[in-house]
Amino acid sequence: MIGLQHYLTLSAMLFVLSIAGIIINRRNLILILMCIELMLLAVNFNFIAFSRHLGDDTGQVFVFFILTVAAAEAAIGLAILVVLFRNRRSINVQELNTMKG
Amino acid sequence: MTLTDYMSAAPEMTLLGLICVVLIADLFVDDENRVQTFWMSIAALAITMWTLLTTAPAESLVLFDGSYVSDPLSQVLKVTAVGFVGIALMYGRDYLRANDLHKGEFYILALFGLLGMMIMISANSLLTMYLGLETLALSLYALVAIDRNNVTSAESAMKYFVLGAIASGALLYGISWVYGVTGTLKFDEIAMALAANPALNSLPLWFGLAFLIVGISFKFGAVPFHMWLPDVYQGARTPVTLYIASAPKLAALAFTLRVLTDGLGGLHDVWADMIMVVAVMSLLVGNVIAIAQTNIKRMLGYSTIAHVGFILLAVFCGNDKGNSAALFYTLTYIVAAAGAFGIVILLSRRGFDAENLSDFKGLNARSPWFALMMMFLMFSLAGVPPFIGFFGKLNVIDAVLSSGYPGLAILMVLASVVGAFYYLRVIWYMYFEQAEDMAVLQSSADTRLVLSLNGLAVLALGIIPGWLWTLCTQIALSMR
Repeated sequence: MIGLQHYLTLSAMLFVLSIAGIIINRRNLILILMCIELMLLAVNFNFIAFSRHLGDDTGQVFVFFILTVAAAEAAIGLAILVVLFRNRRSINVQELNTMKG
Repeated sequence: MTLTDYMSAAPEMTLLGLICVVLIADLFVDDENRVQTFWMSIAALAITMWTLLTTAPAESLVLFDGSYVSDPLSQVLKVTAVGFVGIALMYGRDYLRANDLHKGEFYILALFGLLGMMIMISANSLLTMYLGLETLALSLYALVAIDRNNVTSAESAMKYFVLGAIASGALLYGISWVYGVTGTLKFDEIAMALAANPALNSLPLWFGLAFLIVGISFKFGAVPFHMWLPDVYQGARTPVTLYIASAPKLAALAFTLRVLTDGLGGLHDVWADMIMVVAVMSLLVGNVIAIAQTNIKRMLGYSTIAHVGFILLAVFCGNDKGNSAALFYTLTYIVAAAGAFGIVILLSRRGFDAENLSDFKGLNARSPWFALMMMFLMFSLAGVPPFIGFFGKLNVIDAVLSSGYPGLAILMVLASVVGAFYYLRVIWYMYFEQAEDMAVLQSSADTRLVLSLNGLAVLALGIIPGWLWTLCTQIALSMR
């Protein structure tokens, strides 16, 4: 029988995976944007599991809001990426180092 | 849902309607007449302010099925936020015009950001809080990148976006755990659930709480989640930095007070330690690294981190005195921060940003009046009496002492002494160094008037701080 703890474990694994992806990846900004999406989906998974467990709809409503906001966030993220690429001709994470101190 | 619900949320709805009007009207304005968009935005802010003042509720009202709260705290924070967004637009106008950045988007995004702040300030559930937070954050990401041909702007916008998105993710993960344990998202119901069943106060809830604190620390820019702040302050164009440095701090304070005091007040023993660690690190790191800066925007960024340490130490007390000290500190801090960035903008002109500390050399010879204003603002930030910053620090130290933490109070005094060094250095440059650049300051009369009033306000408030302290105490008592 698959219970709440299994869902929560999977969600935690996805969450840690997305954080690890952001920290380990030093090459490509698009991968970071993908990891951010994965992180939000992991949170959605958690909300659905809790919502089902509690028999309460609020968590599922929250998921719809997160999905909408994630779409807006991805749009802004990609727009900033395009601006950055036009100025730098590169989307390498390691080259984001003009400011120090 | 009744008519009363709509009446109490009238400020937000008015603002949203007016933003749409400005957005459409801006399409019919050409670049030479862009100043019309500025005046339309100021009119929108004035109407929102009028709505706020006329629909002020006599007592605290929870509306929209428990998602929205209108109380004295939200009233004061919203009035201040509307005022400071207006001041930020006013200071930024001439700079944007001189640097060919005078676009309608700046005003629209600034107003949308204000809408997000107002929603955060009035949120009574974690869902409303999250939506307000994202409305504000998405506007800020776009504002930082508004100069599309500037490499540092683009880079700082990207850093801000990535770190902000991670913080939102962590915050949401924390919210999901709090929801899973308590079964509700509304702050008052979370508090009731915790009071009714003390067994909920256990590891799963603490786990969620830790992620919430990560989100709060990030939004405030507290160490160790401060990495974005200096880069964004330095990389963004100065009017955007001014905007980020002023009003959003009020929303971050509302976020902290609503989540930690209204919602999870019963867990004070658990979160107090986490907040204390974050606050002490902010105080030390902010003050020490600010000394090494040569860029004034970056220096003020680190000084913000140090001030956030004070605000969080006031919240750390977890009692009425602490909350009222946190409110007082935030309200008075943004007056000085907005003024300081206003002076940085004043010294800039077409193709030249007065970003470096050395650009302040000999300001007294160029403009004695604004050198005096900058001295007032720096004294206030450093906490020199009789300026208002002194009373902010005094109240926080008093609150921490009366909660029984003399060690923290001593640390705060020492950190302030270290901090005074880099504020006084600016004053030294202005009065005792030779100017390298004698260009005449260019700005309109209305900006100069508002900036002078801003500089005088830190002195005037410092001479008569009593009424503001009484107001903050009343608000703190009205919470819960």
